Amino acid sequence: MAAADFSRLIAAAADTIAAHAEELTALDQAIGDGDHGLNMKRGFEAVRAEADAFSAKPLPEALKAVGTKLVMTVGGASGPLFGTLFMALGKDLPAAPDRDGLTAAFGKAIEAVAARGKSQVGQKTMLDVLQPVYEALAQGKTAGEIADAADKAAEATVPMKALRGRASFLGERSIGHMDAGARSTALLVRAVAEAIEGN
Amino acid sequence: MSNVGIVIVSHSPLVAEGTADMVRQMVGDEVPLAWCGGNGHGGLGTSVEAIMGAIEKAWSEAGVAILVDLGGAETNSEMAVEMIGEPRSHKIVVCNAPIVEGAVMAATESSGGASLKEVVATAHELSPS
Repeated sequence: MAAADFSRLIAAAADTIAAHAEELTALDQAIGDGDHGLNMKRGFEAVRAEADAFSAKPLPEALKAVGTKLVMTVGGASGPLFGTLFMALGKDLPAAPDRDGLTAAFGKAIEAVAARGKSQVGQKTMLDVLQPVYEALAQGKTAGEIADAADKAAEATVPMKALRGRASFLGERSIGHMDAGARSTALLVRAVAEAIEGN
Repeated sequence: MSNVGIVIVSHSPLVAEGTADMVRQMVGDEVPLAWCGGNGHGGLGTSVEAIMGAIEKAWSEAGVAILVDLGGAETNSEMAVEMIGEPRSHKIVVCNAPIVEGAVMAATESSGGASLKEVVATAHELSPS
């Protein structure tokens, strides 16, 4: 991937997080501790600030650098979780990945996030978006279809009962609210999918 | 320093510092001890960077036991251990124990010269499961 392309992906990701920061915070206020939007915005702005340096690296190294920066700047449990997603992607992605290489690396990255959060699909977390995205990737879906699958998966967390994270303290009362991490994951998937599609 | 180090990680700097005060008063100064709390931006939360700093401060060749409060503190502590990397990461354990009782009991065990395994086992005994 050319440096300019990676830089554009970073900008797209940071833009969508910034544009939806208040919405993410509102979602998190409903069933979490209310800092998700602010935390994610701080992290992705920190990544944006180093976009040139990161983009100059080979793709796997660039992704690891993004992940490390998120770990150090996002805070909360989201920092390690989103950071692990990018770090693990970088670890397993070939320098010039095709669809199969991307799918395999994405699958490994999901496992890493699940291990970090001691969580699994169906517990009202970001994993509930990552898994359908993985399946859409594996089925050869288009970028647009993958983004739609992510949005639908985020919506599908609304009726779920939270079993991990702060929201799990609420038990039944977590039902009826979208998971903030699922929403931010879907936003990132759409931003990246549309930026790649626009090539 | 050959005693196992103790690191206290709370979402609140006040809780972390207060817990460290209790350890110092009840156990004394021979145990390497460090604490951190807060998200690094003035709010409640935990910071991987701060946890890594606390581990450095309390580092002992005998190892380090970390006591945490809520979920994010545990996730961030595990991330910090991973980022510190091998070989030292093998000598750092995030304990499954209540933060205040766990810190005092772990430090007491450490002050007697116990191994990391013994220190961690003492803390874990406090946790129902």
